[in-house]
Amino acid sequence: MSAVTASVEPVETPWRRFAAQFAESRIAMLGLVMLAVVIGVAVLAPVIAPQNPYDLAKLDLLDARMQPGEKGMSGMTFWLGTDGQGRDMLSAILYGLRVSLMVGVLSGVIALTIGSVVGVLAAYLGGRFEQFVMRVVDIQLGFPAILVALILLAVLGKGVDKIIIALVTVQWAYYARTARSAALVERNKEYIEAARSLGLSGVRIVLRHLLPNSLPPLIVVGTVQIAHAIALEATLSFLGLGLPPTEPSLGLLIANGYDYLMSGKYWISLYPGIALLLTILAINLVGDQLRDVLNPRLSR
Amino acid sequence: MTVYILRRIAQTLLVLAITSLLVFGGLYLVGDPVEILVNPSADQIEKERASKALGLDKPVHEQYLTFVKGAFTGNLGNSFVYARPALEVIFERMPATLELAFLAMVIAVTLGIPLGLFAGLRPHSPAAKAIMAGSILGFSLPTFWVGLILILIFAVQLGWLPSTGRGPTTDVLGLQLSIFSWAGLKYALLPAINLALFKLSLIIRLTRAQVREQSLLDYIKFARAKGLSNRRVIGVHLLKNIMIPLVTVIGLELGSVIAFAVVTETIFAWPGMGKLVIDSIFLLDRPIVVAYLLVVVFMFILINLVVDLLYSVLDPRVRLADVRH
Amino acid sequence: MTTLLSIRNLRTEFATRDGVLPAVGDVSFDLERGEVLGLVGESGSGKSVTGFSILGLIDPPGRIAGGSILFNGEELVGIGPERMRALRGRRIAMIFQDPMMTLNPVLSIETQMVETVLAHENTSHAAARDRSIAALARVGIASPAERLAQYPHQFSGGMRQRVAIAIALLHSPDLIIADEPTTALDVTVQGQILYEMQKLVRESGTALVWITHDLAVVAGLADRIAVMYAGRIVELGDADAVLEAPRHPYTRGLLDSVPAATAPGQRLRQISGSTPSLLKLAPGCAFRERCSRAAAACSAMPELDDRDGRRVRCHFPLIEAVV
Repeated sequence: MSAVTASVEPVETPWRRFAAQFAESRIAMLGLVMLAVVIGVAVLAPVIAPQNPYDLAKLDLLDARMQPGEKGMSGMTFWLGTDGQGRDMLSAILYGLRVSLMVGVLSGVIALTIGSVVGVLAAYLGGRFEQFVMRVVDIQLGFPAILVALILLAVLGKGVDKIIIALVTVQWAYYARTARSAALVERNKEYIEAARSLGLSGVRIVLRHLLPNSLPPLIVVGTVQIAHAIALEATLSFLGLGLPPTEPSLGLLIANGYDYLMSGKYWISLYPGIALLLTILAINLVGDQLRDVLNPRLSR
Repeated sequence: MTVYILRRIAQTLLVLAITSLLVFGGLYLVGDPVEILVNPSADQIEKERASKALGLDKPVHEQYLTFVKGAFTGNLGNSFVYARPALEVIFERMPATLELAFLAMVIAVTLGIPLGLFAGLRPHSPAAKAIMAGSILGFSLPTFWVGLILILIFAVQLGWLPSTGRGPTTDVLGLQLSIFSWAGLKYALLPAINLALFKLSLIIRLTRAQVREQSLLDYIKFARAKGLSNRRVIGVHLLKNIMIPLVTVIGLELGSVIAFAVVTETIFAWPGMGKLVIDSIFLLDRPIVVAYLLVVVFMFILINLVVDLLYSVLDPRVRLADVRH
Repeated sequence: MTTLLSIRNLRTEFATRDGVLPAVGDVSFDLERGEVLGLVGESGSGKSVTGFSILGLIDPPGRIAGGSILFNGEELVGIGPERMRALRGRRIAMIFQDPMMTLNPVLSIETQMVETVLAHENTSHAAARDRSIAALARVGIASPAERLAQYPHQFSGGMRQRVAIAIALLHSPDLIIADEPTTALDVTVQGQILYEMQKLVRESGTALVWITHDLAVVAGLADRIAVMYAGRIVELGDADAVLEAPRHPYTRGLLDSVPAATAPGQRLRQISGSTPSLLKLAPGCAFRERCSRAAAACSAMPELDDRDGRRVRCHFPLIEAVV
């Protein structure tokens, strides 16, 4: 009796195929790695930072404005130099990265939730509701983000929650529009007709069918938007609005260094900027490839 | 057509009204400008007098009504800081912002379209890949940080270009513009390049995407089947089709550039509307902030209208939609 | 030499992520001046790719991998781009399937016609314009001068295709390749266009390769018919003869599956199975899996045998016994 050995081919699930297609771009994989590093570093900041830059007791003014690589009063090496108050730049950047990421991602997620619910509902309910919502979206999108955020923050003042509100206000409309377009396409598809004729409730249709299938374009918009949100927050912090000095993001760090540029102490602005750049770049690289992979029009 | 225009005008007024309401009301909640403008050691009577002079002692809805009445005559109130009509102050600073925005768009478009075209036509060449890599970078760089770096490199280290301020102006058609002389242009270059970088990347990517999409369409193949030269196929057939979405985006981005000048003007101490409004926000000079917003919103709507009209001019399918045989 | 077009063992491949796709595996046929050849096959048979190959419009990742295309004695495979460009639109013209997509939507008809004239001849714009008006009139478009100033979307489907035909005729080419020109049109308009083409081709003595998936269309039009399957010609012969007495099992199957061939109430006949994937072509006859006459010999690719004017690629062709 001969043993029958069957060679089993690995099952090609949609996930596997997606991952394989994503991995085709080496640059995108690089972006993914960068992103993982950035997120990991930000999450672990309190653990790996050589110094807690916000513990005022630990700072020594004599350490101020030291060049990268110099040793300070307490003997620790300031790999990226120190700022005007004697803070270790490396630590400040790690903490700043944390704040920047948190604000950017949180505002993005909230905006995505609000925007997609509104957008999908608009597509599903149609009629006057949809008209009204889309007009609001159009008007909102007609305004430049920075102006809207500026005014909001001028009114609301400083604070992490305020800046998240401002960022959400600026972003939700993109999500709403994308979600509605995607949901419209889905709504007209036959399986929705089928679901309806089976008597499935509206809520169920929206939640279990329309929303999940509208997800791919939302993810793509999401990555771009989060990158924008992070950049916008940095810009607003730089201008002096938004985050208070007690929780500085990378933007504020850069602003702090602005005054020292002319005297050649470039590192106070340069390194936080590089950290910001790498973060945004990583997100964009990943987002780009996501868009290509999820785009139904490109022949694969 | 006239119905369309009338509708657009009505929409414009509505948007302006809502914006003014929101901003006015919002700013009212922020704080008392008198605290900032008047010497803190002044006594209560002084403060009350200043308050009265600025009309701040009246309840907010009365203040708003006064504002609206004034708006219809083109008077948007006097700046608290400058003691002059807010609109006047803004218009004074507008040419500086507009010329910066204009220069930035010119740079972005004249570089962006050819680069994007090239990247789209030869997508696998190393040059195209470099262009695309550059564009992702340009798109990810935070504008304000780039400004700082530009100042660092070109002004501090190399000393080629001045770091702040606006250069000498010349009179062009009644406006004081600085970019038409080399002396003036020197000052405008760094901020304009800074402002242009993001848009440049955007235009490159958009052009490339359009080229790649359109190149696959049948009419390109048909044009080649007719024996037309490559130059004509790309320069006329492809380009004309790409221009339509491109022009709409560029038009809209112009508005965005004017708004974003706020940041660039701050970094480079460029005396335009943007810097004015940032300062005014901190100084709680409400009339300026409100007037600025209304002016910018109006410009936006105007640009949108022009873009719509331009679209219908460029695309015969829209222009001649009703003629059918 | 009257043979206008002579194709031998043409092979056109496309490099895909899953391997090399031989869209055209082995195509050979001749075309005389003024002759009409119907190139018939289902989608994926390689008929359109054959047409594009003749015009040199195969773009990467595709390429002509082998064979020869002799046009008026000149070898087109490997010809320089400038020489090919000079031939396109002037000596060889092409008509595509969907005129909405083939005419540039943002350019006027005048622009698109005049540029075709000026691409090959050094005349004045006015002269080119007059020629265009004459060409439009010839294909049956009323008020041609007015129509010239209009845009593609202002024409109906049939009219647009007439414009495309007019463009093809501008330089009185020796050969027109028409790739499914009536597929996208209404049935009534189809008939008109067919008639128009027939008339024009007879008048001008232009040779025509009419590519289609619909046998009925070429029935009245073609002098000869070539049937393609999986990238190869499987039958080639006189139109009437092929239609009355097909010799390849596939051709037989095609003719049988035409609904009109079945008596009412009877089951419609189909060719069992489906077209094989060109990426995974097994050696031997590509029709083997679906053929009721297949036998062991069919695991070797049959050659295109010539037998009294008819060519068949089959080991067991359906030869009617000559009584």
